[in-house]
Amino acid sequence: MIRFDNVSKRYQGTGDALRNLSFEVDRGEMVFLTGASGAGKSTLLRLIAHIEIPTRGQVFVDGVNVGRLSKRQVPAHRRQIGIVFQDNKLLADRSAFDNVALPLVIAGVSDREIPRRVRAALDQVGLLKKEKLLPGMLSTGEQQRIGIARAVVARPRLLIADEPTGNLDPWLSLEIMKLFGRFNQIGVTMLIATHDLNLLDKVRGRRLQLGNGELIDPATDALIF
Amino acid sequence: MARNKQHSPMNQLTRWGQLHYRNCRDTVFALADNPIATALTVAVIGIALALPGSLNIMIQNARNLAGSWESARDFSIYMVPGTDLAQAQSLAKELQADDDIAAIKLIAAESALLDFRESSGLGDVLDALGSNPLPHTLVVRPAETAEAAALADLADKLAARAEVDMVKIDTLWVERLNAILDFMNRVVVIASILLIAAVIIIVGNTIRLDIQNRRVEIEVLKLLGASDGFVRRPFLYVGLWYGFLGSMIALFLLVAGGWLLSSPLERLIGLYESDINLLGLDPQTIAAIVGGGVLSGWGGAWTAVSRHLAAIQPK
Repeated sequence: MIRFDNVSKRYQGTGDALRNLSFEVDRGEMVFLTGASGAGKSTLLRLIAHIEIPTRGQVFVDGVNVGRLSKRQVPAHRRQIGIVFQDNKLLADRSAFDNVALPLVIAGVSDREIPRRVRAALDQVGLLKKEKLLPGMLSTGEQQRIGIARAVVARPRLLIADEPTGNLDPWLSLEIMKLFGRFNQIGVTMLIATHDLNLLDKVRGRRLQLGNGELIDPATDALIF
Repeated sequence: MARNKQHSPMNQLTRWGQLHYRNCRDTVFALADNPIATALTVAVIGIALALPGSLNIMIQNARNLAGSWESARDFSIYMVPGTDLAQAQSLAKELQADDDIAAIKLIAAESALLDFRESSGLGDVLDALGSNPLPHTLVVRPAETAEAAALADLADKLAARAEVDMVKIDTLWVERLNAILDFMNRVVVIASILLIAAVIIIVGNTIRLDIQNRRVEIEVLKLLGASDGFVRRPFLYVGLWYGFLGSMIALFLLVAGGWLLSSPLERLIGLYESDINLLGLDPQTIAAIVGGGVLSGWGGAWTAVSRHLAAIQPK
């Protein structure tokens, strides 16, 4: 599903964010990217979503070389991926329902179909009753769950999440990880960046540890909660 | 199979129509959410569109008035007193063949005297004269295509004939009026171009500010896979609505202005014993104002969107 071939990313002035990174993520796998702040986790996810382009090497998603996508192909590529952002990136002037509906509106799903799918996604994250509220009226954990509902509503084959539990308490963090686990069980490939090692002790999945832009321990860790 | 059905041309057309309907509807609501800002922008566009519209109507009316004065191009040929009516009729027949002449009316001396007697009330004085002092007269109406110079030549030739006493012609002031109207017409064209450019700039600047205000939303949409067309479309609809609503304001201003001016103008025209009708908004002017408004609004939005949207990329 995802393949990195000797990928490096250099930012002007700050040096290498990633160095000769090579790994693969199979379809239906759940993989956690770990590492300290600045290790390159976010950069790696941004390369997958074509928010950044590698300085060297190639990134493949579903066999497609992401770095070679033309400007016109990028939106369709992003529509295949569900993205959960650390800061949620919810639109403050739109209700929870409207925020979750955005990927469906972008994909051109019919007006009749949208409410059914949005409510199903909100139900999955346990926020069906709060569909009319603005993000500012929701707690941090609820906002994060709205962000997750938005990421899964278009039924992506791949879901990437950048520190999805960064601002949450341990109990809510575990709830969100369980939620990801449920999506993974229905076949969604997951790549989740987190620095919360305590949390990883309680969930199942493969770990890729990054340090200074390099893969420190490419070995597979099977963890069971 | 289901995927094929989703990508059928009919399905894609339905989606396309649905997206446009959604954008069209949502932009109306968005404009209604900011009534004061919308009203100000629309009012400025309306005034800008009304100016060339009003100038155009003024010129049309002036042309109409000048047209009613076309009879002023008529000239009169006074025959030498005592000339036979048959000679006058022969000259009329001869002139009728000329391409520069549209119509000729022969006023016999006896008929002219009768008219004069009735209209002047000087019957006793005329009786005292003993003979008819009035000549046979030919009133010539030149063809619309006749050039002033050709008419002047014709008048000179006619004046040189033995049976013609005098030719009275005075078309110069009408020619001058037409030249002024042609000049004003050009002024309207230039003013229209400048004011449409102003509308494009006004809409472009409003949309630019709107894009800046919605920067975060645009970034999120692009992150979620929105194409440039998807992001661009609502702004184009906003520009289109600004232009359309501005043109409605312009039409309202022109109708209201026409209504306010019609009464005193009609009184003025009445004083000159003219029966011309004032011209208002004709379908061409309405179409030009609405079409110009919509196109310039859309053009302004397109200019702003092409310049500023590409610069916003997700971070």
